[in-house]
Amino acid sequence: MEQTTSALKVSEKDVVVPGEILAEGIEYLPGQGMYREGNNIIASRFGLVRLEGKVLKVLPLSGKYLPRRGDVIIALVEDVNISGWRVNTNSAYTAMLSLKDASGDFIRRGADLTQYFDIGDYIVTKIINVTSQNLVDLTMKGPGLRKLEGGRILKVAPSKVPRIIGKQGSMVSMVKKATGCNIIVGQNGIVWVKGINPEDELLTVETIKKIENESHVSGLTDKIKEFLESKGKVVEIPQLQEGGDHEEVE
Amino acid sequence: MIMYKKRLDGRKFDELRPITAKVGVIKNADGSAYFKIGNTIAYAAVYGPRDLYPKFLQNPEKGILRCNYNMMPFSGSGERVRPGPSRRSKEISYVTEAALSPVVNLEDFPNTVVDVFIELSQTDAGSRCAGICAASMALADAGIQMKDLVAAISVGIVDGQILLDLDYQEEAYDKGDVADVPIAVIPSTGQLSLLQMDGQISKKDLMKALEMGKNAVNQIIEAQRKALKARLEVREK
Repeated sequence: MEQTTSALKVSEKDVVVPGEILAEGIEYLPGQGMYREGNNIIASRFGLVRLEGKVLKVLPLSGKYLPRRGDVIIALVEDVNISGWRVNTNSAYTAMLSLKDASGDFIRRGADLTQYFDIGDYIVTKIINVTSQNLVDLTMKGPGLRKLEGGRILKVAPSKVPRIIGKQGSMVSMVKKATGCNIIVGQNGIVWVKGINPEDELLTVETIKKIENESHVSGLTDKIKEFLESKGKVVEIPQLQEGGDHEEVE
Repeated sequence: MIMYKKRLDGRKFDELRPITAKVGVIKNADGSAYFKIGNTIAYAAVYGPRDLYPKFLQNPEKGILRCNYNMMPFSGSGERVRPGPSRRSKEISYVTEAALSPVVNLEDFPNTVVDVFIELSQTDAGSRCAGICAASMALADAGIQMKDLVAAISVGIVDGQILLDLDYQEEAYDKGDVADVPIAVIPSTGQLSLLQMDGQISKKDLMKALEMGKNAVNQIIEAQRKALKARLEVREK
């Protein structure tokens, strides 16, 4: 099979499955979620195709969260040790929050650590390091990093998190304004919602589930706006700054 | 020996039983699939990558794949294979693992496990093949990195006639020689990742039968791909 011409076999937003040939020839470059075999670029994940110039990408539709340095996540305290806290990150790996990163205060040796975080607490925390063996270190030092009091937790697919946040956080701030609820979206797919009354909280949960289920639909922001308006909320779509058309895919 | 023109159920010699494939049938699982071929029905559920204990099973270089094959108690007619945990189901779990491992890439997830549970609610021969087909769809649905999907089918020879996709009646034929050869194929390379045999077959016939199996694999892959792609359309409604 001698072939010198380059050809794209798929188009933007196509759903592809592992083993499907995406492009032939050397004109296109394989990005994440695919590999090159001889003359062909072949998908290695189930997802949507994205074309960025000559670079192909597969945006996965599912999959577990993989801890990455710098991500802000919502995690569950699972155990309290002598030297810190063991925390469930909603991924295949647990993380360690050590004493020195846990608080701005000086924590004395032998102090009762449950006064800071107890088993069962949810915390907003940041990943400071991930080793090659995926040992994860966390910190609580930073803006917005804290223990979560009250509210409710819901889980979404980690691959849908960029959709829920939206361009420059437009989606989540729209929902926040409309419902009056406080929302924190962790990169690991855990979302915290707290409102003044339960009705608004439930509406927010419903809205987030809707965004998750329809994440691949185009014009999603308008659809969500319609949905919230049908529930009697006043919605305004936040205006993006000039030149800010990049997506927050972090 | 009589020269047959058709099979007992009216199929041609190289014809598959009707296939139905669905994805996302088990909500709690990270990925799941349903694969029905003729009267054999397989469900597969994938959980993970997740923590692996006991610790000595962990592989610090990559995640491991762990399969579990099980026939439900009411699944068969009970004539030959008794359902439930047995040497047989343990062996099939192991060959399923071996059939899927070459395409699955878990290098990003050291020290973890991906669990695949295959349950058969109804069996009429070819259950390990149906299980492998369902499992490969479920793995893709779970967002696992894979080189390719895997398709599996049985070929064989019954009373001198090479056949594709044997059903239980053919497999249990007792008035002549029977050979049952389940195979799994990685379609992009044409490699076999499962090759077992039960019975006797000559080398020449085996090669012919394998060729027949490889040709049929495209139909299965097509059904698997369609099912995966349909998953999104279901969500859209």
